[in-house]
Amino acid sequence: MARDPRAQTALALHRFAFAPKPGALASIDDARAALIAELENPAAGQIKNDGLLSSGEAARAAFDFRQERKAARLSARAGDETSKQQAKEAQTSASQPEMAQPQAQQTTLRPNPGPGVPQQIYLEEAKARLDSALDADIGFVERLVWFWSNHFCVSADKGGVRPLCGAYEREAIRRHVRGKFADMLISVESHPAMLLYLDNARSIGPNSFAGRRRNKGLNENLAREILELHTLGVRTGYSQDDVTNFAKVITGWSIVPPQQNPERGGEFVFNPRLHEPGPQRVIGRDYEDRDYEQGRAVLLTLAKSPATAKHIAGKLVRHFVADDPPPALVDRLAKRFVDTDGDLMEVAKMLVSASEAWDAPRSKLRRPSEWLVGALRASGVKLSDVRPVLQAQNLLGEPLWRVPAPNGFSDDSAAWMDGLAERLDIANQIARRVGDAIDPEVVAEGSFGPLLSPDTKQTLARAESRPQALALLLMTPEFQRR
Amino acid sequence: MTFSPHQSTRRELLLASGVLFAWAYLPRIALAEGRDPRLLVVVLRGALDGLATVAPVGDPDWLRLRGDDALTLEGANPALRLDGFFALNPAMTNLHRLYQSGQATIVHAAATPYRERSHFDGQDVLESGLARPGLAESGWLNRALGSMPAAGRVNPSQAFAVGPIAPLVARGPAPVLSWTPPRLQPASNDTMSRLLDLYRHTDSGLAHALEERRALTAIEQAGAMDVSPTRRPATPGVPGAAVRAYFSDATSAAAKFMAQPDGPRVGAIAFDGWDTHANEGAANGRLAALLGALDGAIGAVESSMGEAWRESVVAVVTEFGRTARINGTEGTDHGTATVALLAGGALKGGRVVADWPGVSETNLYEGRDLRPTIDLRAVMKGILKDHLRADERALAKDVFPGSQTVKPFAGLIA
Repeated sequence: MARDPRAQTALALHRFAFAPKPGALASIDDARAALIAELENPAAGQIKNDGLLSSGEAARAAFDFRQERKAARLSARAGDETSKQQAKEAQTSASQPEMAQPQAQQTTLRPNPGPGVPQQIYLEEAKARLDSALDADIGFVERLVWFWSNHFCVSADKGGVRPLCGAYEREAIRRHVRGKFADMLISVESHPAMLLYLDNARSIGPNSFAGRRRNKGLNENLAREILELHTLGVRTGYSQDDVTNFAKVITGWSIVPPQQNPERGGEFVFNPRLHEPGPQRVIGRDYEDRDYEQGRAVLLTLAKSPATAKHIAGKLVRHFVADDPPPALVDRLAKRFVDTDGDLMEVAKMLVSASEAWDAPRSKLRRPSEWLVGALRASGVKLSDVRPVLQAQNLLGEPLWRVPAPNGFSDDSAAWMDGLAERLDIANQIARRVGDAIDPEVVAEGSFGPLLSPDTKQTLARAESRPQALALLLMTPEFQRR
Repeated sequence: MTFSPHQSTRRELLLASGVLFAWAYLPRIALAEGRDPRLLVVVLRGALDGLATVAPVGDPDWLRLRGDDALTLEGANPALRLDGFFALNPAMTNLHRLYQSGQATIVHAAATPYRERSHFDGQDVLESGLARPGLAESGWLNRALGSMPAAGRVNPSQAFAVGPIAPLVARGPAPVLSWTPPRLQPASNDTMSRLLDLYRHTDSGLAHALEERRALTAIEQAGAMDVSPTRRPATPGVPGAAVRAYFSDATSAAAKFMAQPDGPRVGAIAFDGWDTHANEGAANGRLAALLGALDGAIGAVESSMGEAWRESVVAVVTEFGRTARINGTEGTDHGTATVALLAGGALKGGRVVADWPGVSETNLYEGRDLRPTIDLRAVMKGILKDHLRADERALAKDVFPGSQTVKPFAGLIA
């Protein structure tokens, strides 16, 4: 660790944060202190934007929008019927056939409805998220937000989730990113976005009031993923009975139906009519039926489990440090997690205090979203429209808030290797856009300082144009790996 | 196709680049004379090998200089005869036809005042119009426009708030419009090769991933019945259909705008990819393919301009030339003097303008490059003065500062 402090700062800003903003490398003397100072700043990682909707407001706006569309479709269909009828009548009265033609054509011309309310909300939230990453002084807390958001992922492609993704991340992830794991866990599992994404909103206890009447039943999806993905980890000793019983425990964790309640529609509710009555045994412990509190008690137990600590510690190290996490570091982090009762700030502090986290070779391939934000930060680009970035993320295989499965996007470098050629296309597009107006060698020095290899320097110096040099810089091993 | 007002002060990213950058006004003096001139400046970045573009086949030292790589009037790919001394690269049949009909002029052994060999600095000098490099804020074309009295504003059919970054030559105080093509210039094979070279030296994992991908693309292409223009070419290093399509689409779109009665009159466009350090392929390889694409672009301007071609000048310029001799990797390194290619119905063409320095050992600049004998600024000043009616004092003072002794080249325009 006794290295050039500028090299340490460059390493830290790339590994634990996003690429440094212009000038950052020179202004930070003690990289570890700077990371910890950002962690301790309550404003870090929080989005201040009064224009954004809460998840309840977003759900209600989306519901109202669907209702209006439905009404418009119905009235349009009624219009179609009328004009078809008129056309028919006109055709049968053979004396004036030319009248029928223009009328029939008119009905096919409808105004383009444009992007719907769910998509508009999604885009506004995406912009706020991107700005938060681009504006962050360092970005360590933002990276932690991204880590937890991927750990507790939801997908906009699941029905009803699209307008809620951004609010979910703000309300369940950002709010607790410097707090306790148990609080984040409870916020996440009771959030409408998660309840929709993993089907718990419609899971019904077989012996509940609704279950007995409707002959519908349990959906184990959320219960299983909480155990397998969110807390303990796969193959940590729970059984199918544990999954089923836990699913029964959280029946009734649902959403206020917007059609029944214009004020609170779309918000979380514990619905006793869906809840499986009675005590349940989950992983060797009995939980008596105290309605909502029964589920909360299971989650608090899971949050305290050493298996959860180990699972989270392993994922954190894999994400920030190495594809093959150094076991000693994982163990220390897991112990810290247990000792501090899942205090995420303390765990993050230990991560950046551990020598292994600094000594590991810079071999992890940045995920596409991380690479894009780094490229934009380093080249000093400002954005007015988030859509090109979203398109780039789609092309690179990491569409925002649209995970292919509940285990989120991979944190293994190998998973992203084959997208390298697409990254080159994106790098070219960025470079063609701004490469004329900046000096790539200055950007390179400002981003990496002593970490730049002589080969890279030479490649940049020999480029045939500034845009080509910038494209090459964004593709250098220094910029691809961290 | 729409124009957008250009704001060079904001670094905005749309992940799409502008292609045509055009002055937002019409030149008043020329209009008052009953003329309606068009000027399109094409900047070739990477340094064009002038000797492989227009070869001095009549120079007794030519064959000795380039040996088997010298373009000649014989062989499998004979160069196209221009006059008793010079011949044009065989890939440039459009330019040759225009030359024969008096609508193209070659300027040879020309250079900017820059005498070092850095691309970035060379491009700064070429585009800024200043005598020395340094991050300039504006380009000579923009300042020339700013110095000219404006008539009516051109009519951008639709405006949106944000424009891409213009090339330096078009940047500056004069309002500039930009147009972005629906299709982007494909990632060049040259960039890919440079990247692979870096990866091979520094990161075998990345090298392997990119090589694997490139091999797949080549196989996919070889097996495809119809080669889509968006695919990369199968021959490594040689630009293919995508580059040709991009060059001609971009210039054709530019020319269509400029041909419109209320369209822009002066524009600039930049093409990358001319830095041919290895396997240059002047007669039938990479450079021939690039020059063919450029030639296609000139042809596309001619046909898309329609009637306006009579009043048009296309000026193709590059930051510097390349070494006179072929290097150890069948390419050429950064040099000094090179060609400027002019095409258009407004020219008094059909000639090579040169004060030929010769290519014998003793005549080469610093023993390695074609010696510059024409100041490129004189050529550009001549066109700006006689074609657009730019003011000569402004040209010497503001457009090409400190160029009082470099007189505008007279007689280029018919």
